[in-house]
Amino acid sequence: MMKMLKLVTCIKQVPMVSELPWDPRTGTLKRNLADGMINPACRYALEAALILKNTYGAEITAITMGSDIAEEVLREAFAMGADRGILVSDPKMAGADTLATSLVLSRAVQTACADFDLILCGCHTSDSETAQVGPQMIEELDIPGVTYVDRLELDGRLLRLQRLSDNFIETLEMELPGLVTITTQRQAPRYVPLAGLQDAFTDKDISRLSLEDLDLDPELTGAKGSPTKIINVFSPTAEKDNIIMKGSARKIVQQLFDQFDDKIGGAIGKDIKDYQESQ
Amino acid sequence: MKDSIKEIWVFGDYRNYFQNRVTLQLLSRATELAKMLQAKVCAVVFGDQVDEWVNEYIAHGADRVLVIDHPDLKNYKIETYVNLMIRLIGKQRPEIILVGATNFGREFAPRIAKRLKTGLSADCVDLDINDEGLLVQTAPSFGGNILAQIITPECKPQMATVRPGTFQEIPHNYERTGEIVRIPMPADLPKERVHLIFSERSPQRSQRIEEAKVVICGGRGMGSKKKFKKLTELGELMNAEIGATRPVVYANWIEADALIGQAGKHIKPKVLFAFGISGAIQHTAAINNAEFIIAVNKNPNAPMMAMADIAIVADANQVCTAMIKELKVRIRG
Ligand SMILES: Cc1cc2nc3c(=O)[nH]c(=O)nc-3n(C[C@H](O)[C@H](O)[C@H](O)COP(=O)(O)OP(=O)(O)OC[C@H]3O[C@@H](n4cnc5c(N)ncnc54)[C@H](O)[C@@H]3O)c2cc1C
Repeated sequence: MMKMLKLVTCIKQVPMVSELPWDPRTGTLKRNLADGMINPACRYALEAALILKNTYGAEITAITMGSDIAEEVLREAFAMGADRGILVSDPKMAGADTLATSLVLSRAVQTACADFDLILCGCHTSDSETAQVGPQMIEELDIPGVTYVDRLELDGRLLRLQRLSDNFIETLEMELPGLVTITTQRQAPRYVPLAGLQDAFTDKDISRLSLEDLDLDPELTGAKGSPTKIINVFSPTAEKDNIIMKGSARKIVQQLFDQFDDKIGGAIGKDIKDYQESQ
Repeated sequence: MKDSIKEIWVFGDYRNYFQNRVTLQLLSRATELAKMLQAKVCAVVFGDQVDEWVNEYIAHGADRVLVIDHPDLKNYKIETYVNLMIRLIGKQRPEIILVGATNFGREFAPRIAKRLKTGLSADCVDLDINDEGLLVQTAPSFGGNILAQIITPECKPQMATVRPGTFQEIPHNYERTGEIVRIPMPADLPKERVHLIFSERSPQRSQRIEEAKVVICGGRGMGSKKKFKKLTELGELMNAEIGATRPVVYANWIEADALIGQAGKHIKPKVLFAFGISGAIQHTAAINNAEFIIAVNKNPNAPMMAMADIAIVADANQVCTAMIKELKVRIRG
């Protein structure tokens, strides 16, 4: 018999920004865990792992790198069905760019689940959107990997993947072990019942890993291990001499079309000057 | 070893050529950076029978093109492309590498940066050279309503990705000449472990939003999915493409490919309508090239209103509905 599949999902806690109030299923505000939440794409990655677990049987290890409160996302991962939770936390890791982050996460995978079959990451995070950590882990671990995966299917040790890449729908194959990054296009993540969440806070243990546990040189992590440096931040000011229109919607629209027919009508290729007037 | 003239490399991403002109846009910016740095612009092209692109890149500003032309490179292959690029970089040591933030570019660039242990900034909205000759990479910064300037002071090459539409291409000049360096396909590449089994073009939207003359963008101020859909009706009347902000995409009011912004598409319409959009930097970074902006917002102080040529202080839905009504009357035949 084949050994039990070992899956690893890397999940990130991101700020619950006000722009994310919807649970697509219930249409309600999702605020069950303080102000942090699992990054949406990471949640989809976890869902993809859970589907594999349901189909083939698997052990899922969820790994997150962050400060102590990031434990919350591991609890939520437990509630969804993850089996193990690893919190990689060390003050020396603060300020990491994607190069340093991908090193730490790769090392954490090797430490916590050396015989992994498949690593599933979200394709990008809502708080930075770089989409770089997944591909960089593929390099660090020197395994086959595919980004922006919508669907996946396992056939023995062969993983068949589908993705949309620059207007091409691609079907790809690779042997395990490997890494995929998952989009938010398919398989909406399962709902976590509150009861499950409460159990998750008490039932399962989270292992913690520090830089020392990972046997990593602090010089290679955190801000020190990050080749990119921010030298300046500024907010661009675009104050135009603009025309302000107020009043009833109908009046505004008529005025808009009458006065700016050249601009708007020109662009849409239609004459929108008022019929009566133009006669 | 090569002589000491610095080089700025642009990855030749030619897939979807007619829609995806990001390589040409990068070449354009690279030629400006090259002047500041007294460097040469070099395009790197991998593929099968790629002369067409080679000539195109020279016509658009490349001084040199490194080409590996081989039947095995017919389709983009991630591991093979990374390995080839790493070898070329090792031999030629470019100062800067710019990659278009296409799906492939976003997979390719981070892997190159990782292998070389250098920095990479994603989705830059501007690129410059500072007094020390370093590449200044400007990008929206971590969630805040600010832009950050990033440098990679200690590692080479300095790398950045840029979304299509961020820079304007320069018109081609087929009289331009450039050096074409043909490099044989190495025989000892590691075997590709990711296999493309099947690939087909996805059904395209009729008029791509990046090229559209009129774009209607809707934000969370539209209120609901149902009300947001009204914009589609308006769009049909105006031959306009519909774009959206991220909360709208997250709420599933429209598909993800309508996203305009740092994490989505850059647009340059002649006329842009912004309905119920606050104007966060991650969104507005992608609409700087719009010629004429009409914003509708209940809040006259929203940043989007300050960017607009016409700022309409009103309910976005009412204005949308009124526009539909009015256009139906005005447009005849
Ligand atoms: C790393 C990162 C990347 C991001 N990338 C993108 C991106 O690519 N694209 C993007 O759009 N966002 C992006 N964002 C999100 C961005 O920061 C903003 O949160 C988002 O653009 C806000 O969208 P909005 O304007 O629709 O919503 P809000 O900011 O909520 O604004 C809604 C506006 O509607 C107005 N309004 C409300 N009701 C009405 C009404 N009835 N009539 C008229 N006006 C009304 C309000 O006054 C307000 O100005 C990103 C964020 C991060 C952290």
